[in-house]
Amino acid sequence: MPVVAQFEITYTQFLDEHGKAQQELPEFAADADEMARMYRFMHLTRVFDRRCINLQRTGQVGTIASSNGHEAAQIGLAAAMRPEDVLAPSYREHGAVIWRGVRMSQLLAVWGGDERGHNWDGARHDFPYCVPIATQCLHAAGAALAFKMRGDEACAVALCGDGATSEGAFYEALNAAGAMNLPVVFWVTNNRYAISMPVEGQTAAQTLAQKAIAVGISGEQVDGNDLIAVRNAAEIATQRARSGGGATLVEALSYRLADHTTADDATRYRPDEEVEQASRRAPLHRMKRFMEARFGWTDEQETALIEELEAEVEKEVEAYLATPRPKIEEIFEHQFANMPAALEAQREIARRYPVPD
Amino acid sequence: MANLTLVEAVNQALAWEMAHDETVVVFGEDVGVNGGVFRATVGLQEKFGIERVFDTPLAEAMIAGLSVGMATQGFKPVPEVQFMGFIYPALDQIVSHASRMRNRTRGRLTCPMVLRAPFGTGIRAPEHHSESTEAFFAHMPGVRVVIPSSPVRAYGLLLSAIRDPDPVVFLEPKRIYRAFRQEVPDNGEGLPLDKAFVTRPGTDVTLITWGASALETWNAAGELADEGIDCEVMDLATVSPMDKETILESVSRTGRAVIVHEAAISGGLGGEVAAVLASEGLYSLEAPVIRVGGYDAVPPLARMEYGYIPGVQRIKDAVHECMES
Ligand SMILES: Cc1ncc(C[n+]2csc(CCOP(=O)(O)OP(=O)(O)O)c2C)c(N)n1
Ligand SMILES: [Mg+2]
Repeated sequence: MPVVAQFEITYTQFLDEHGKAQQELPEFAADADEMARMYRFMHLTRVFDRRCINLQRTGQVGTIASSNGHEAAQIGLAAAMRPEDVLAPSYREHGAVIWRGVRMSQLLAVWGGDERGHNWDGARHDFPYCVPIATQCLHAAGAALAFKMRGDEACAVALCGDGATSEGAFYEALNAAGAMNLPVVFWVTNNRYAISMPVEGQTAAQTLAQKAIAVGISGEQVDGNDLIAVRNAAEIATQRARSGGGATLVEALSYRLADHTTADDATRYRPDEEVEQASRRAPLHRMKRFMEARFGWTDEQETALIEELEAEVEKEVEAYLATPRPKIEEIFEHQFANMPAALEAQREIARRYPVPD
Repeated sequence: MANLTLVEAVNQALAWEMAHDETVVVFGEDVGVNGGVFRATVGLQEKFGIERVFDTPLAEAMIAGLSVGMATQGFKPVPEVQFMGFIYPALDQIVSHASRMRNRTRGRLTCPMVLRAPFGTGIRAPEHHSESTEAFFAHMPGVRVVIPSSPVRAYGLLLSAIRDPDPVVFLEPKRIYRAFRQEVPDNGEGLPLDKAFVTRPGTDVTLITWGASALETWNAAGELADEGIDCEVMDLATVSPMDKETILESVSRTGRAVIVHEAAISGGLGGEVAAVLASEGLYSLEAPVIRVGGYDAVPPLARMEYGYIPGVQRIKDAVHECMES
């Protein structure tokens, strides 16, 4: 019988888990400043994340999702984006959002239960964190459609997890992107788990990247813990999108090094040894080795960087904690551009009742 | 006898029914090994095996649609949707299929299934984890919407929901999942569906409520008693179809009604209760029916959530207003 179609999925890794180059590196990897900038943001993501968890433990923010382990996937991707592109992040992508120019104090506000955080400075046209799984993939496709219709040279990027690839919205977004040739990148950070469900339970497919094939868009797999592989794939995919070459699905292989959220206890469903093994492949560890070997990065520089970042994060934490509480009136004021009379009446009622802290 | 929280009572009911009816199956996101994010299904996979208690891919339309398929073929699926805020992909399957399979086929195919979901605010959760949209489901003919507000009722109503030959959306008020304990005998005895429960008899005014708001309503009734206002408190429990008879009977004695729920007030089910009173109980009313509910705003994030839901003071003020008119 004739074979009518055949496909393959490539996997790209530049740095092995010790930070050693496995093949010739892309150009940007020789740019010491750019590499240092990305490395700095990876650390910032880590420092911020650690502080978030700590603030949750002391009751100063609510339930929060950790980005521990996602540093390369987030920063490498965000670094390949241009300001005029648009990002549709899931709830775990703090690093990418910070890179895009959002203040940490505002992210803390969101996780601290204050909607004003999502009215963030910087990246004003990016989407807020998306909690209903996979729904943001359609928004990215829609934003991409807007760019295409207007002739903008920009692309949209949706960030989601492995679990998200099971939702109807994910498939519908991919399919629309293929059918309409949209300038969009679907970035799946496969961190092996959707809460307690290992990725093997989501799908019988060998890779998540191959889901691209069913809808006729490009798909590939990269080592999501390898900053260089991530940045490289993200540059190719965003450039393809901006230049009319269509959509790409990138599956970035990573690992969630933390509980799903602070409300979760991952020891219930995965062995410690697995986490330990994965932490040896952690993105920061690998980048440190690379920075040492290529750019003579020293332990002193590392220590100084982390101290500096801790101070930077602390300032943002202080700004967050010093923000006056929202007022109950605010929950009414952004329902509509023009407040209906009935809602105004409700606002008056709400004013009369103090909100317990 | 076991002294249980509401969520433990849910677990006990699931275990009882699974042990006594092998067609009952439990599935959803993280319900197996993890035992559910609220631990409602904890231990069930160990007890009944991975064939009957299993984790599914992450897709709510799929969870509901599989349930419809299984239910028509002799199983009793009891799927969990992790939070009500994520139930909307399942809405299509419930409204287009589960609720009308019996009617469409004139009884040839039916959907005995129970879709469980925790709902409501109050646990400092992220966005979309605080919805109370029971009215969406109540608006669908052919589906029951059942909401327990105590451990005893969680156990008894869930058993009856699973045994019921038609689809039930079973909404669990997570704010009171662990708020208090009750003795819940594990005797397999169901409580009646389509029946409201008078949880506190009284003579001056009827407070009609459901879900987590039952707690504040109960507390308000206690404080009002100290002021000499004798409230009858009613937990509607099955919010659709509604037990008009119990509502009308109570108000025929008290002459006054205040309805309390957490969902947004406009289009909320308090309006349905008020309509029952207006059309069938008008002559027993001595005062306008008052509704106290969530505001017509997106349920706010943690900082403001207790400003959104009706608190004890707001309920008491409504009762005073009702008593004084
Ligand atoms: C539609 C929907 N269903 C369920 C949930 C509850 N939930 C939150 S995160 C999560 C797992 C997501 O896993 P994955 O897509 O792999 O992303 P990760 O959290 O691993 O980054 C689930 C089930 C949700 N937020 N939205
Ligand atoms: Mg995941």
